[in-house]
This record gives sequence, structure tokens and C-alpha cells, in this order.
Amino acid sequence: MMLTDQAPALIVVIPLMCALLTPIIGLVKKELCHIWVLFALALSTAFAVSVLLAVISHGPVHYYMGGWMPPWGIEYVIDHLNALMLVLVTGTALVVAFYSPKSIERELPDKLTYFYTVFLLQVTGFLGIVITGDVFNLYVFLEVASLAGYALIAAGEEGAPLASFRYLILGTIGACFYLIGAGYLYIVTGSLNMADLAAALPELYHSKVILVAFAFFMVGIALKMALFPLHMWLPDAYTKAPSVASALIAPLMTKIAVYIMLRIMFTVFRPSFSFEILPVSTIMVVTGIAAILVGAVMALAQIDFKRMLCYIIVAEVGYMVGGIGLANETAIKGAILHVLNDVVMTLGLFAVAGIITYVKKSHNLSDFQGAFKKMPFTMAAFTVIGLSVIGVPPTCGFFSKWYLIQGSVIAGNWYFVAALLFSSLINIVLFFRILEIGYYDQGDHGNQEKGAGRKFTEAPVSMLVPALFIAVLIILIGFYNQPIILGIIQHSVPTL
Amino acid sequence: MFDLVMAKYNFWIYIVLMMIGFYAMIAKNNLIKKIVGINIFQTAIILFYISISFKRGATLPILTESDMHGHTTIEIAQYLNPLPHVLMLTAIVVMVATLGVALAIAILIYRKYHTLEEDEILKEAK
Repeated sequence: MMLTDQAPALIVVIPLMCALLTPIIGLVKKELCHIWVLFALALSTAFAVSVLLAVISHGPVHYYMGGWMPPWGIEYVIDHLNALMLVLVTGTALVVAFYSPKSIERELPDKLTYFYTVFLLQVTGFLGIVITGDVFNLYVFLEVASLAGYALIAAGEEGAPLASFRYLILGTIGACFYLIGAGYLYIVTGSLNMADLAAALPELYHSKVILVAFAFFMVGIALKMALFPLHMWLPDAYTKAPSVASALIAPLMTKIAVYIMLRIMFTVFRPSFSFEILPVSTIMVVTGIAAILVGAVMALAQIDFKRMLCYIIVAEVGYMVGGIGLANETAIKGAILHVLNDVVMTLGLFAVAGIITYVKKSHNLSDFQGAFKKMPFTMAAFTVIGLSVIGVPPTCGFFSKWYLIQGSVIAGNWYFVAALLFSSLINIVLFFRILEIGYYDQGDHGNQEKGAGRKFTEAPVSMLVPALFIAVLIILIGFYNQPIILGIIQHSVPTL
Repeated sequence: MFDLVMAKYNFWIYIVLMMIGFYAMIAKNNLIKKIVGINIFQTAIILFYISISFKRGATLPILTESDMHGHTTIEIAQYLNPLPHVLMLTAIVVMVATLGVALAIAILIYRKYHTLEEDEILKEAK
């Protein structure tokens, strides 16, 4: 059928076009915006799933924008790795869109239309980064996603504009470094198409220009990824963003940067270049270990729930970058599986944070007082997600951590094993501390308002269902991790 | 040394401009100066891209009948590479959008704290 042939383009074009139409729909009737966003994302998700199925059965899909042949035209290439990422991005966006209306109503009542417009633009940016096979096109989408992200974050609570401004400065530096890297590759090869570059570059691997380009790429992406020590923008920005914005951006932005890193290291350059000619592997493992340790320790020091989650993200980025840096198939498999798991887990955690913010109007750890009595369903979901972050089987977090540990044993890197175990132990403390507050700590005025304290203050259904859905999904991914690895992830691991 | 500078002077200009922008982004206290820094930084990259498409003695890549002088082959060295220009048009759009978002955020900050000096904002935020 014609329509499915055009599916790769439609995945990106639908959210873009719908974003442009959202303000007009908002003029007619504000409440329609939510349905409209859901409609756009559902369509996009359907196409993403169809592309994933096509990739699984027939192998990589190539789509030429406007019929122009590469290397001159822009090519969309979808292999197993980015087919998975496409489904993840559209799926996450759909869940967040379903979750959003009540939260936006309370936090940004008069900005609803514009919020949804930028929301769709943000998703467009993410999808474009993931789907494209062109280095420069990726830069443009990276900036679309980042600019939408700055705007969404700036709409948050007090102090959000300043946090967003700092993110803008560092994010722009990151994107510009990426652009310089692309420029250097263009000087020596005259091409911007990833497949074309991959064919032309091996002869030039000892040219200094290529080495500099690679360094610029890695530093630029590390800035976007919030890899320690370039993570300073992340905690402020994601803590102060509106709940819905942080639930969309926090799971995706860092993981998409990890995806870009995989693309640059394994598609544009050959793994042999990335690991053998430069000491990248050592640098990645060392910064990964540092990120894990710093993230874990800083998370322990926070009293703000959302800020604690931000430092957990910093640690999780360390898992993935370190896992890629270990440079063996098991570890990279683990890192890619962890990208999938981490999107789901972070989404769940920020969804719970949004619910707490909705009910209590703040997001400190002390807001969990008596939470098990008052909102049992939210806390049930939270417990499952927490167990997954810790890495308890059969939740999905266990399996990716298992592969990562196995990979670092194969690589003989015991420091990384130690860092992973240390971080898991800290996570146990982090989550059981919250569970303890939720179970036993009834707050100071628990006795005085006994009647009021017993009342259910559960979150609205539209927010609760996504949280529970994610909890179920975490267990399902845990059970079906083998089919996912064998069917999809196995094919995206480069041969080393 | 002097020859090295002169032979590749376009790269030196771009490096110097970029470092000026970079310094402003990181070290300046005033938010508007930081935004100007972003602009200088991005302009430097645009100059870099434009300069790599230049060839001495070459002209615009638009072919007319009279350019061919009866030849049927095209001398590539006579024509500039148009692709970097096209890429930079897109980059300029990105740059303008970044400027717009940055200024909008600066307005939000000014409304809140009535100043654009970062140290004063931090003092007030605490």
C-alpha cells in the first residue's frame, strides 16, 4: 500500500504538521488540544510500530526524502536499533500525552495550547534525530528537540527560567561542537550521508582532521547526554520543569544522546576506529565509573524527590556510556537493553513525581508521608519501578545490569563491576528510604487529623493508569527480555 | 610560523572568533552578553563552513550556454561548492531560533528578578 511505503516520513511529519495546527485548534476549543495531540501521537506510534515490524521481518528500511538519491538527498535509514528507538520515543510521548491533561491544568492552566504545541515539536525533534541517516539533518533535529526542550523547561516552577537558560548555553555549545565535527568530516570526504561517510572514512583514519572531528562529536554529545563531568545543567533543569515536561524530556533526551553516540561510533566510524586508534574506550569507562559514583552519592544527599531522580539519571548515563566503552558484545548488548529499560523506568519515576506534585503541590521526599495509605496504587507502581532501578529480578532493570556486569567481567574491568554494585546498593537505600517514609512516617499532624488522614487522596485516573501501565511494562520487558534481545538488539550490536 | 598563519588565515579567524564567543558564553556575568556570545560562536562556525567552499578563481555554480564555450565537459575547479552555503542557511535559521528562545527566557528572568546580572539573580534566588 502507498501509505505504508511513506511510513518513515510520516512518523516525523505527522507530529510536525499537527504541532503547527495545534494553536489553531486551541483557538477553537482549548480542550480539543489534548485529543488532537493524542491523535497525532497515536498515528505516529502506529507507523513506528509498523516500521519496526517491517525491519524485523525484512531488514533495514531506506527512505529517500523527496525521491532524491543519497549521498545528495537526505536519507532516512531505519535499522533494528533506531526502529526500537522510534517505538520507544513515540510510545513514551503517547503515554505522557495521555498522562498530561490534569497535571497541565493544575500547573500551567493558561498556557495549555502552547504547551501542547511545543510538546509535539519536542517529539518531532526526537523522532527526527533517531530516524535520519544524514549527519547534518541530525544536527538540525537535535536543535529542534533542544529548543523545544528549553521552552518546555522554562515554563516550570520558580527558578525554571534560569535553569533553562543555563541548559541553553551548555546545550548550544554541545550542538555547535557536533556541527564542527560534521564540518571536519565534510572537509575531508565531501559527504554528509552516514553510509557514504562510513564507506569513505576508513582510508583517512590516521588523518588528524578525523581525530579532531571524532573528539568534537564525542564532547558535543556528552554535553547533551549530561555525562559526568558535563552534567551540571541537568539536575536544575529537570527538577524545575513542569511535571509533564520532565516526564517527556528526562527519559528521552539523555537516551537519545546515547543513541547518537552509538551511531557515530559504530555506523559513521567503524568500531575498530572508535576503540583501537583512540583511547576512547578507557575514557568512556573511567567517566562512566565517575558518573555512576557521583550520581549515586549526590542522589543520596538530596531531599527533593525530583532532584534525586535527576542524579539517578546521571548515574544511569554512566552505566550506558561505560557499557559501550567496555567494547565487547555482551556489554554493548547490555547498554542497548539498558537504554530501553532506562527510558521506561525514568518515565515511570517522573510519572510518580508528577502525581506527588499534583497531590501535594511539591516534590520533596517528605511528601511521601503516609503515601501508602492515601495512594496505594501509585505507591504499588512506584515500588515496582524502584525495584527495577535497584535491579531485582524479574523486573527489566535486573537483566540489563546482568549483561553489563557480565560484559565488564569479560573485559576484565573489575572497577566497573564494583561501581555497578555500589550504585545498586545506593539505589536500595534511596528507594527503601522513600518506602519507609511512605509506610511508617505519618507526618507530624497524623494524630490530629485522624479522620482526614485516612481519606484516599489517590491521583486522578488519567495519571494513575500510565503509572500502573509502566509498572506492568517493566515486568513484561523483564519476562520477555530474551525475545527483545534476540529479535532486535542482537542485530544492532556491531561485530567487534 | 607567519606563513602557517597566512596560508590558512580563514581557519585562524574562525578559531579566534569562536574563542571570543566561547569566552563570552562562559565568563560573562550579564545574560545578554552571554546571548551575544552564543551568536558570535555560531557565526564563527558559519564562517568556517562558508570558507571551506571557496576556491580561488572559481565562480557561481550556475551553468549557462555561454559558460560552456563549446566544450561539453565541465571543469569542476571553476565552480564553488554550493552545498555548504545551503547547509548554513539552515544553520542560520537554527541560530535565529536559538536567539529567539534565549531572549524570551531572558525576558522571563528579568520579569522575575528585575536584573540580568547573573550574580545578583543567584543572590536573589537564594
